[in-house]
Amino acid sequence: MANMPQDVGKEAVRAKGWIGAHKWLILRRISQIGILAAFVAGPWFGLWIVKGNLASSLTLDTLPLTDPYILLQAMVSGVTPETAGILGAVIVLVFYALVGGRVYCSWVCPVNMVTDAAAWLRRKLGIRGSSHASRSTRYWVLALTLILPLITGGIVWELVNPVSIMFRGIVFSMGLAWVLVLAIFLFDLLVSRDGWCGHYCPVGAFYSLLSTRAIVRVSAVNREACDDCMDCFSVCPEPQVIKPALKGAAKGVGPVIQANQCTNCGRCIDVCAVDVFQFGNRYSNASKTGIKSGEEYSKHTV
Amino acid sequence: MAESDNSRKSINRRQFLTTTLKTACSVGIMGVGLGFYTQRANALPPMAIRPPGALPEEDFLGACIRCGLCARDCPYDILFLGQLGDDIPSGSPYFIARTGPCEMCEDIPCVKACPTNALDHSLTDIEKSRMGLAVVIDQENCIAFQGLRCEVCFNVCPLRDKAITLDLQHNRRSGKHALFIPVVHSDACTGCGLCEKACILEKAAIKVFPTNLAKGELGHHYRFGWKEKEKAGKALVTPDVKHQYNLPEGVRYDLQGEGLIIDKKPSDSPFSSNPLDTLNRKAEDKD
Repeated sequence: MANMPQDVGKEAVRAKGWIGAHKWLILRRISQIGILAAFVAGPWFGLWIVKGNLASSLTLDTLPLTDPYILLQAMVSGVTPETAGILGAVIVLVFYALVGGRVYCSWVCPVNMVTDAAAWLRRKLGIRGSSHASRSTRYWVLALTLILPLITGGIVWELVNPVSIMFRGIVFSMGLAWVLVLAIFLFDLLVSRDGWCGHYCPVGAFYSLLSTRAIVRVSAVNREACDDCMDCFSVCPEPQVIKPALKGAAKGVGPVIQANQCTNCGRCIDVCAVDVFQFGNRYSNASKTGIKSGEEYSKHTV
Repeated sequence: MAESDNSRKSINRRQFLTTTLKTACSVGIMGVGLGFYTQRANALPPMAIRPPGALPEEDFLGACIRCGLCARDCPYDILFLGQLGDDIPSGSPYFIARTGPCEMCEDIPCVKACPTNALDHSLTDIEKSRMGLAVVIDQENCIAFQGLRCEVCFNVCPLRDKAITLDLQHNRRSGKHALFIPVVHSDACTGCGLCEKACILEKAAIKVFPTNLAKGELGHHYRFGWKEKEKAGKALVTPDVKHQYNLPEGVRYDLQGEGLIIDKKPSDSPFSSNPLDTLNRKAEDKD
């Protein structure tokens, strides 16, 4: 029996308690806000842990971190980065290749808090209408953002990239960036469900390509217990990734969510009252009927 | 199950192509829009000066990843990042000379902080940076042109007497004073803006502009005769003609140089020490 979207997680709260049903959400918020706090501690309180912003930063004056996607745009436009810039990008690349690229989206990106808020309000208000853009649009946008620097010679996307602008706004100064943030909130709330992150954002597209072979994955290990409440589908920003893993047993698809769009946010683990999901790794994907891997299945559906 | 999957796929082939085409087209249109927006948004206002070592503006906008590390490492906090809604490409660093000029740190920390070479790491001598060019733009209000002593821009210049020199000119108003005219030399000026900051006027008469705005450009066919002569190893000026006038003893005249030169005091007692007196007396005697 499917639950209403506005009742997402109520059963889980009854079964596991509020903390138990919000564990990964709380950890995620701590991570997002903690990262922001580390960046603003310098300019606001003179406590210089991290300098810069998500595009490139220097932690404790030693650890360089660079966003590989932004650096790639700069390199396409013809720049040769400094060693620190390249090193920073390699560190970031390796990290996300292991833990899942879209961990950036759900555990780091500040826009996630905005779109999560919009999605939450959308569920509570029972707003159902949604525009029908393809979820692959983001890959086209990603291609566009890498072609435009070639043509114009400038990092075009970074003039409008809400991810950079919002984070930079908080860490440096806001200007009119709040307009952009509000626009994304309203777009996700009224126009398109999970519209920005799920359909258009090229940053997310870049990081999903990065997570194709990621080790850390969510797994529907206990999928036999699923009682079809649909809460995980209601709460997931990329619900199409769940079905193969959750419902693929009959076709011999393994329980691990292999699709690289999964953001490893862990909300499905939280809201499931019968604990179907848990974090695992991509290798423990043996299906009990064992004919097809989830990867092969998802190739046909994505 | 497999059959229904297949039939769904064959129906969807046309749909797939249409949606792909639709998506590609809308993203393409978005790209054109973005491209035009970029063209407009990249017109940096002239008072916004890029930090030292910044690549030429067009390359800079491709290289700068808007991380703000240069702004963070500037010890004088003069660098700002363009915000959404500004005329300055969002996130790119700039300073405003009038309110916060570059203080010309010897170790250039902003350049060292840049992870992408948007601020060129090969710049190690701050005196070789070219952030812009100072221009004495308002000669009507610059009080030096009125014959008043100011010279503040000359004095605060970190390349004193190189980037800005004082040109002594005759004051035709008073007839007996000099004008101390500030002159900027583009071969030495770094465009740091300390002169603009220091200018005592309500609005500075000396301003730093991006070099491409400040500099003129000679027609490429144009040749200066004397420079061509120099290249050919010939004399640059006509040789001095020996002066023909009747001058008092111990006085000579340098036609191309300093003018009247007094070599030594005339010793004859009837004559005054000032040769002009002598000249004048002679004229009087004739009457």
